[in-house]
Amino acid sequence: MSTNDQASGLGRYLVVYVCILAIAGLQFVVAYHSASYSEMFVRMFLLAMLEAALGVLFFMHLWSEKRALLIFVSIFVLFVLATLQYSWPDAFRIVGGVPYSSYH
Amino acid sequence: MSQANIALGAHQSGAMEPSPFSIPSKKLAMWLFIISDAMTFAACLVAYGFLRNSTPNWPTPFHGITNVAIMTFILVTSSLTMLIGMRAARAGDKGKAFRWILMTAALGILFGLLHLREWSQLIEEGMTIFKNPWGTGLFGSAFYSITGLHLFHVTCGVIALIVVGFRYQGGRYNADDIEVLGLYWHFVDLVWMFVVPFIYLLNLSH
Repeated sequence: MSTNDQASGLGRYLVVYVCILAIAGLQFVVAYHSASYSEMFVRMFLLAMLEAALGVLFFMHLWSEKRALLIFVSIFVLFVLATLQYSWPDAFRIVGGVPYSSYH
Repeated sequence: MSQANIALGAHQSGAMEPSPFSIPSKKLAMWLFIISDAMTFAACLVAYGFLRNSTPNWPTPFHGITNVAIMTFILVTSSLTMLIGMRAARAGDKGKAFRWILMTAALGILFGLLHLREWSQLIEEGMTIFKNPWGTGLFGSAFYSITGLHLFHVTCGVIALIVVGFRYQGGRYNADDIEVLGLYWHFVDLVWMFVVPFIYLLNLSH
């Protein structure tokens, strides 16, 4: 925590706390909307990313650390998250692909 | 200059090397742990998504959101109490910091108890690791392993909060240690923000 964070008071954290709670509440509202599974997934994922970004930047003080640390953490996490996505085509193949599909 | 002095000089210059990213080494170690743990949870959630996507009769057993909403509120609030404790520690107010750290631990315990109550209700309804009355048995194994991994992190966090809190009160730890522990606790909170929509909200029975 930098001296800037010390000086900024608790107000900023309260604002972030309320924002995170509000976004979490929005996720619950989205859950009761009549939308397709994929639409709902995208909305909830984006909201979760927003919550996480607020938490990492302000609760974990990454915003007030050196930019090099922010870049270091972001690159590692985003790279691994991106590489984890390789399995999705296979998941769709199992459901909809021929001759392995369970729907035909 | 003797060999011993040269060696000592080299050692001292090594010790004076600035820390990476200008943060204490234990804080950097915690960040590295958080990065690796984020990958663990991400892998679990992607594996869950794979199963969810490729299994036709995936169950949607959750009827309400009250319990999970209360659990979310408790965990996010515990992040705020942790921040207040950390700020008090930075300001040198040991008593206040200790009280807020214990408050955070109490919220963590409450979260854990609610989680266990939910598990026991699901078990009573017939959902185990291998089978459930609603659909594929994979749901139980995925649900219990991901929420169990998160609950394990919360439990470790609560134990760490109590131990570090008492040691800070006793003068063995300082505000830096509280901040490092705070990073871990906030991370546990962040993981829950992904577990709730994917595991609970996308499996609501409408």
